[in-house]
Amino acid sequence: MAQLGRILILASLLASAAGALLGFAAGRTRSLDGLKWARRFAYLYCALIMGAALLMEYALLKHDFSVSYVAQVGSTTVPTWVTIVSLWSSLEGSILFWGFVLGAYILVATFLTRGQYAEYQPDAIGVWLSCAAFFSFLIAGPANPFITMPNPPLDGPGPNPLLQNHVLMAVHPPFLYLGYVGMTIPFGFACAALIKGRLGHGVLKPLRESLMLPWIFLSISIMLGGWWAYEVLGWGGYWAWDPVENASLLPWLTATAALHSIMVVERRGILKGWTITLVQASFLLVLLGTFMTRSGVFNSVHSFTQSAIGPTILGFLAAALVFSIALLAFRIDKLEVEGRIEGAASREAMFLVNNLLFVLLTFTVLIGTVFPLVVEAVKGKQMSVGRPYFDSMVVPVGAALLFVLGVGPALPWGRATRAQIKKALLPPIVTGVVFVIVGYLANVRAPWTLITLGLGGYAAHVTLKEMFLPMFQRMKRGDTVAAAFVEGQLRRGRRRFASYIVHACVVIAFIAIAVSSSNRQTTELHFQKGQTQQASGFDLTFLGVEERQEPHRASTVAKFAVSRNGKQVATLEPRMNHYERMREPIGSPDVYTTAAGDLYISLSNIDPAVETASVTVFASPLVVWIWISVIVMGLGALFGLIPARRERAAREAKEALAVDTTPETA
Amino acid sequence: MSTTMSTPTATDAMRKRTRLFMIGAFLVAAIAFGVIAASGINQNLVYYWTPTDLTKAGDKAYGATIRLGGMVAPGSIQKHGGSAVAFEVYDGGSRVPVRTSTVPPQMFRENIGVVVEGTMVRGGYFQSNRLMVSHNNEYKAPEKGHTMDQKQLRKMIEASDPAKQD
Repeated sequence: MAQLGRILILASLLASAAGALLGFAAGRTRSLDGLKWARRFAYLYCALIMGAALLMEYALLKHDFSVSYVAQVGSTTVPTWVTIVSLWSSLEGSILFWGFVLGAYILVATFLTRGQYAEYQPDAIGVWLSCAAFFSFLIAGPANPFITMPNPPLDGPGPNPLLQNHVLMAVHPPFLYLGYVGMTIPFGFACAALIKGRLGHGVLKPLRESLMLPWIFLSISIMLGGWWAYEVLGWGGYWAWDPVENASLLPWLTATAALHSIMVVERRGILKGWTITLVQASFLLVLLGTFMTRSGVFNSVHSFTQSAIGPTILGFLAAALVFSIALLAFRIDKLEVEGRIEGAASREAMFLVNNLLFVLLTFTVLIGTVFPLVVEAVKGKQMSVGRPYFDSMVVPVGAALLFVLGVGPALPWGRATRAQIKKALLPPIVTGVVFVIVGYLANVRAPWTLITLGLGGYAAHVTLKEMFLPMFQRMKRGDTVAAAFVEGQLRRGRRRFASYIVHACVVIAFIAIAVSSSNRQTTELHFQKGQTQQASGFDLTFLGVEERQEPHRASTVAKFAVSRNGKQVATLEPRMNHYERMREPIGSPDVYTTAAGDLYISLSNIDPAVETASVTVFASPLVVWIWISVIVMGLGALFGLIPARRERAAREAKEALAVDTTPETA
Repeated sequence: MSTTMSTPTATDAMRKRTRLFMIGAFLVAAIAFGVIAASGINQNLVYYWTPTDLTKAGDKAYGATIRLGGMVAPGSIQKHGGSAVAFEVYDGGSRVPVRTSTVPPQMFRENIGVVVEGTMVRGGYFQSNRLMVSHNNEYKAPEKGHTMDQKQLRKMIEASDPAKQD
């Protein structure tokens, strides 16, 4: 089976390399036959690489320990779901999984753009398959999971226990990969546009949509990573500015900026080179993130081993960087500028501010993440950049972004009169003040959290007003509420509705993050069996210790009854999990979640013999809204991607939008 | 939506001035950002040191945030009232007395690899607010009379759970 795997990988390397050359050649000669053949090689590559990944999954499920990767991470004693997710639980498998996802993306992108965008498609295929060739090379060489074991073991150790500890770890990596790998597709379109020296309306739609989809996955994966940290690591928080977390955030920041600047290109025909740069930067930051998490330069939960893979990825990152910069340098002048920014108080100016803030954030996080690496490489001293750096830098910029999120959509495109601006900007202040007062009454005292509440209230007002504008206009014309909602929000102007859903969720997420971090209460308690103590308005009773056996682990569980105002509301069971492979146990907290806030118990010490336990209790308000808002945000953005039933309908919708929102077409 | 470019030269000059002004403002903002970021990083660096490094540094060790890694010296653990614990961290070469205010984790005991974060204070001990037990399974205690492999020790400090930075 290992040999078949190796053959598939080598064949995929050949197919992608040949297809890449054909693609670039067809782009140069504008040969339609060449394009056809490039497309066929793309399909062939996808079949081969996806086949190889499925073969590995089959070997894992069959417990075929003659395959090196199965021998490394497989085990007959773990549950089936752990066996399935083992494909991405360790280094070599995760790169094979990367290949699988890349194959799926290239397949869908090539198929959906067939027969269209003939100008851009050949070069785009060339870029995609070049990336594919690199990853096939990586799988065939430094990260080969298909090595035949001469003496196959009878059983394997199973994947890293930390990854088995929570089911979220099974879903987080696929989302991350769908986000990361998907950035290859818009990168291909952006490079193709540069090669052709034209970023016309034709390529904007596939560029935007192929950027939106990985952006959705990346957003959700960042949230899932935070949620996992919260549920598993036991320190009561969800974000620590760990290099691994930053690695997923960096491309998200530039991609978010690009999604906004694309709209300016669509409307005004400006910021073309800037948009392309942002798309390219997103892909390069994905490669940087892959290097940081896969090479072991930062030793943490996510970096599995040190190997030859790091330098290989770094080499590819350097090549992609040089390629992107060279393309930009030689071609950016060819992109024609069709308009300009009319004034400081216009929507496009706010888009520009938004973009600058996102780039500022990207640099802030990038510097803090990479600085220790550079110092270590140059001076040989080891250090890290502490959390206060990130907090103090990011919070003000985040508040500024929230401000722009509120003001931007209220302002019209192009020039606006003073009266228009006043009418748009003044009323939402009332909502902002209301939010601050409510927050203050609910014991929020931290200045930045109050600022966030004010700006969030302002933004919520503007967002909701803009969101339902088409519906209200239809109702004014005499439509019923239901008809106006279906016509104005669901059938036409879907993209507009979707983007305001995303904005509303961002506002909720901002408020939840600010309040949950500034108003968190921490209590350290020591319990004897049967003892009841108070923490943050809850009564906690320690019921005792229980030992539990599962096939892959043993647990020491501390049982707590949680009651509020004399009524029991939950039983919490923080625990210590013992895995065979690890000498030390892994603590696992337990959480009681309500809409108003979470009660979180983390075990720091437990003595089963005399039944005593030391715990840290965290009470954090609104945490659950972070997860909910990001999930709804992803669903909302996905809704915006649903194509209109007919192209004609789409055109009509566009015209209707132009008529509906009269102040916007000033 | 089309733009009219046939403007008189007066506005052209004005536009040029606006542009220069914009570039100037942008440069000032970029420099300001650079300065703020650099000082922000400088104030928040966490150094990874071994007891030998710390002893060598002498007076320079005071005040800086340090992540110190080593073994819990046998017989050095003293419990003070509440959750406070005092012990010594050694690496075969040097010993550093440590006082910590947090509840020690489940696995804390003699001869185990630990990483503590905090600062060296003038009283001659290391005041720590974080205590982590090393999760490194390959870790071995040093043989008598030998100093621990400093490289391996540094690796352990680096690998200490970075998520618990609170």
